[in-house]
Amino acid sequence: MSTKVDTTPIARQKRNRFLLQAACIAVSLFMLIPIYLISLAALSSRASLNEFPLSLLPTNLSVETLTGFLGATGIFGALGNSLIVGAGTLILAALIGVPAGYALARFSFRGKDPYQLFLLFTRALPIVVLSVPLARLFLTVDIYDTTYAVILLHTALALPTTILISASVFLSVPIDVEEAARLFGCSPLGAFGRVVLPMALPGLAAASIFTFVMSWNEVLGASILTLDHRTLPAQVLSSLSDSPLAYRFAGGFALVIPSIIFIALMRRYLTNMWGSTIR
Amino acid sequence: MADIQISNLVKTYPGGSERATDDVSLSIRDGEFTVLLGPSGCGKTTLLRMIAGLELPDSGSISIGGRDVTYLPPNKRNLSMVFQSYAVFPHRKVRYNIGFGLRMAKVPADEIERKVQWAADLLQLGPYLDRLPANLSGGQRQRVAVARAIVMDADVLLMDEPLSNLDALLRLTFRSELKKIVQDLGTTTVYVTHDQSEALSLGDQVAVMRKGRIVQLGDPLDVYDAPADQFVGGFIGSPPMNFLDAAVSHDGGTLVLGEQQLMAPSILRSFAGKDVLLGVRAENVTVSNQRSSGDVAATVLVVEPMGSTVLLTVEVDGHNLKVQAPPTFKTAPRHTVWLGFAPNTMRVYDRETSMALEAK
Repeated sequence: MSTKVDTTPIARQKRNRFLLQAACIAVSLFMLIPIYLISLAALSSRASLNEFPLSLLPTNLSVETLTGFLGATGIFGALGNSLIVGAGTLILAALIGVPAGYALARFSFRGKDPYQLFLLFTRALPIVVLSVPLARLFLTVDIYDTTYAVILLHTALALPTTILISASVFLSVPIDVEEAARLFGCSPLGAFGRVVLPMALPGLAAASIFTFVMSWNEVLGASILTLDHRTLPAQVLSSLSDSPLAYRFAGGFALVIPSIIFIALMRRYLTNMWGSTIR
Repeated sequence: MADIQISNLVKTYPGGSERATDDVSLSIRDGEFTVLLGPSGCGKTTLLRMIAGLELPDSGSISIGGRDVTYLPPNKRNLSMVFQSYAVFPHRKVRYNIGFGLRMAKVPADEIERKVQWAADLLQLGPYLDRLPANLSGGQRQRVAVARAIVMDADVLLMDEPLSNLDALLRLTFRSELKKIVQDLGTTTVYVTHDQSEALSLGDQVAVMRKGRIVQLGDPLDVYDAPADQFVGGFIGSPPMNFLDAAVSHDGGTLVLGEQQLMAPSILRSFAGKDVLLGVRAENVTVSNQRSSGDVAATVLVVEPMGSTVLLTVEVDGHNLKVQAPPTFKTAPRHTVWLGFAPNTMRVYDRETSMALEAK
């Protein structure tokens, strides 16, 4: 006696898996095609950009456009400024935000909920509204038009996310692991450094990606607070309207690539660090 | 190794109105294995955490080995502990986990290595020393937690429900293993559990807790045989102790159960004419299909063969009782069986206070 096996469920499963793959590919292409096109344009020679039809394959690679862009006035310095501001913001935001996140996660104190809400208020104000009074203030304390000024602004902008993300990261570190460290001889600081921090590192890396990319992309505040020490986006923006097409592609390329590289480097900290995923 | 003296410990959690521990005093001798037993929310874990220094009491004192530790931080108490959730460090290998406490105590590296090896051999962790905890099973992680605790030459070993996350079979085997390890170490141990069989099988003394107080402290067998009140009798033992309303006759010689009579234990002479609560363990009731003198008639409600015994739920005078019969015993629901009570195994309780009655 043989029974007829109903294979529809498994066929449906196969079809769903196929549709999921197709959706993933579509989303990836949506993200990747612009990056590909801008990279292609930035790596083509100025002459080949004007050809018609434009070749979609990298047949005619040259670094002429890019070197031209990097050689333009102020660009190299602006790139350096952007890196300094990004790194400075990352460090300062971590120094202030990580302990604050830890306090939010581990201690209950009066005004904890209003504090969390209050944190988000910084982001509620438009950057322009923040930057103009800040520019005045920085002028009086004589740090206007320095990278410090931009670092301070970016840190203020990044702190809410840094604090809230690191608070949720510390919440995911079980409290009894910390207690075990205390019991087996660690001081509070020792338990934090030896046990809690290493366990929280993947999540904190995610928070720092946020901070760095935010700082790298922020243009409005940086434009207002600096004149001669512009970050890269501010520099590109200020010279965008009166520059050739190739310059714009090269500028876009230079803006996109570092944050992609940074995310790629930090990516491995995000998932599956010790065989178990810690949020 | 040290003794523990706890006196008048009071702790109220912030925001809570009830006392988590209510004026608890407890004395633990050097090398003694003490089990804190009670239902959830009885304050047993709070008491343990105060000994550990993870919670601080509102008033009262704790001293370990004659040294007052009431408000010392956990790392200054020379303790070690096994946590319910194991609390192994997931980012470090088993070897580092086990040696962690020794490393913190600045023990020389070769000494750490020797002790880690010793503990790993004892707990069969040898092949896993260079693995991360994520690659171990739950039982192995628990072994790591125990190994980490026993390598320390701590004054006191604390255990917070260490077996409760293991499956039933593993729990049983590891329980005896744990008892042997702790016996060989001879360390003063405080062990928290809600499982009465763990308490009876492991402890030198058992402290039964309820609502922040210790309701009975004693030898496991004493606590089992002579519960201090109805709560303890109902909490300890599987099945729990049976309780029946009864009255003592006017001459004090018999107990009246509805229409039926029983020989009364001699301590009831001084309670003649009083209503009492009779407590009796399932295994102390003989069950028979034939009546003998002094037996009480009961109607069978449920028959549950357990393998080694048959567990019967029977009804006497409107009360349900659990009694045990030999596995060969034949009966069926709605049949009548005869129960024999031995007077010296009966416990009697005050009906109002539910406290055990003592001969006056």
